[in-house]
Amino acid sequence: MAANIQQAHIEEITEPVKRFILDTFLPGEDPSALEFDTPLISGGIIDSISTLKLVTFLEEEFDIQVQANEMNSDNLDTLEEITSFVLSKK
Amino acid sequence: MQTHHDTLHGLLEHSAARRPAHTAVEDPERNNAVSYGDFNANADRLSEALRRIGVTGGDRVGIYVPKSIASITAVFGILKSGGAYVPVDPGAPPRRNAFIFQDCAVKGIVVANDLIEGLKAEFDDTYTLSVDPLSFLDGFALPVSLVRVVKSGEQPAQPSIANLSYILYTSGSTGKPKGVIHTHASALSFVRWTSDTVAFTEDDRFSSHAPFHFDLSILDIYVPMQHGATLILIGEDLGKTPARLGPMAAERKITVWYSTPSILRLLVEYGNLDQHDFSAMRVVFFAGEVFPIKHLKSLLEKWPHPVYYNLYGPTETNVCTYYKLPPTIPEDQVDPFPIGPVCENDRALVVDLDDQAVAPGAEGELLITGGSVMQGYWNLPERSAEAYFVDAEGTRWYHTGDIVREAAGGVFIFVGRRDRMVKRNGYRVELGEIEAALYRHPAVTEAAVVATPNAENGTIIKAFLSWSDGKPRGMIEMKKFCADNLPKYMIPDRFSSQPSLPKTSTDKINYQALKELD
Repeated sequence: MAANIQQAHIEEITEPVKRFILDTFLPGEDPSALEFDTPLISGGIIDSISTLKLVTFLEEEFDIQVQANEMNSDNLDTLEEITSFVLSKK
Repeated sequence: MQTHHDTLHGLLEHSAARRPAHTAVEDPERNNAVSYGDFNANADRLSEALRRIGVTGGDRVGIYVPKSIASITAVFGILKSGGAYVPVDPGAPPRRNAFIFQDCAVKGIVVANDLIEGLKAEFDDTYTLSVDPLSFLDGFALPVSLVRVVKSGEQPAQPSIANLSYILYTSGSTGKPKGVIHTHASALSFVRWTSDTVAFTEDDRFSSHAPFHFDLSILDIYVPMQHGATLILIGEDLGKTPARLGPMAAERKITVWYSTPSILRLLVEYGNLDQHDFSAMRVVFFAGEVFPIKHLKSLLEKWPHPVYYNLYGPTETNVCTYYKLPPTIPEDQVDPFPIGPVCENDRALVVDLDDQAVAPGAEGELLITGGSVMQGYWNLPERSAEAYFVDAEGTRWYHTGDIVREAAGGVFIFVGRRDRMVKRNGYRVELGEIEAALYRHPAVTEAAVVATPNAENGTIIKAFLSWSDGKPRGMIEMKKFCADNLPKYMIPDRFSSQPSLPKTSTDKINYQALKELD
């Protein structure tokens, strides 16, 4: 039961983030090409300005606060990392 | 007094006197040819016809004829009459061509008969156009006429240029073409430099790939005439059909080739070069754009024997730097070759935005002065003045708009177009550098990058790509590829796959058309 709740939480976070990244930074891209572990910052998909946009989205969508020193590729480089990061803030 | 040493048509007259029976020009598409003696005589007849309609020293005469023995006869006939020729693209809209002819107030136009009606429709009733067939050229399978142009009312003043030889109209940033003025002296300076740099003989057979309204044609037209060699005309259709162009070059035993890299790339890809004998080919010139190294390597695999030269120079200067390629390209080379040292008849300077010389090795704009440089733009005194930097000694240096840096031995490395530098996130970005990185992708056949202003980000960089296997790659793959090859701030925002990229009438990538694509 607990695992299912966790799984549901993950999808609630991952899906809107994925949609936001596809719509904002990857228009026209095949959605299945954006995988859980696709590198976003190191892979050139989001740059520093795009990272700010992503963080603003995360703050508004999930009602969290992100510190400036947290906005880096350790926390935000993949969908997986972003999801864990958001969960850790909840 | 002028002698045949001082004029472009003097080159033809000299060879016609020496070798009248030798073939001067061949037209493979119409399967005809002309000897030096007949060619010179036909040009004389045309110059008489021009004088009869009043053409005299410095008058402009248009050429609106597909490439043919008739069109090259028009070149020399006009020069012999004392006039200057103004060639236009026969495939361009008649309105644009009529604009050019009216802009430089031509006294006459040599026109292919089937283009006369379309052209006439673009002249209003202040003009009277009278048509005289040039039937002595009928044997060359492309009937042409001389159209006399008379304008009623007050005539606007036109510049007076001593020894004017031709005006080539190039696309202007304002949307209206602007005419680059060359004299006999500036063209001859370049023609003689070419002959001093590369040894040619009367047995050479030159390609004439570039259309006559494109500056590459100056080498094609005049260098063979100087040596009594043979010129093989390549018309608009043949020139763009590599499956016929390759076999033709082999069959006609072309020895000196000159074209843009785009055409050479198409020849490698679609010209069936393996199936033909190119052992006659001994010199290959290319110019007009950067030759991506991977395509150049493929060319050298197909044609290993010729000596290759990268020629550089805007229409305004003729060729002004040149680089002789080494016989083989190092395996690990990814950067294009340099544009080379300045030609011996010109001088070069690298300057900053204030026209001050930069430190040796630093990037700056290339300025050129010397024998091969234009006189200015026709009827555009302000644009002409802006085009030059005048130094303390009064020397006029032409602003090429190209950013270079000087390496050891006075060799210039091309960095990019000044107008292709954009600012993004505060960084200076050279769009050509992004293109060079994209060409490193093994499946990329063509790459072009444009920047468009964007309210939110300042600049949006879009990459247009075509693929050797026709399979478009997704944005994630391409962004990752760029991230591995470029600084982050240079990664394009958008990628668009095309079957092939649009080209201009001079076979360069058409950036204007790309900007209009989305």
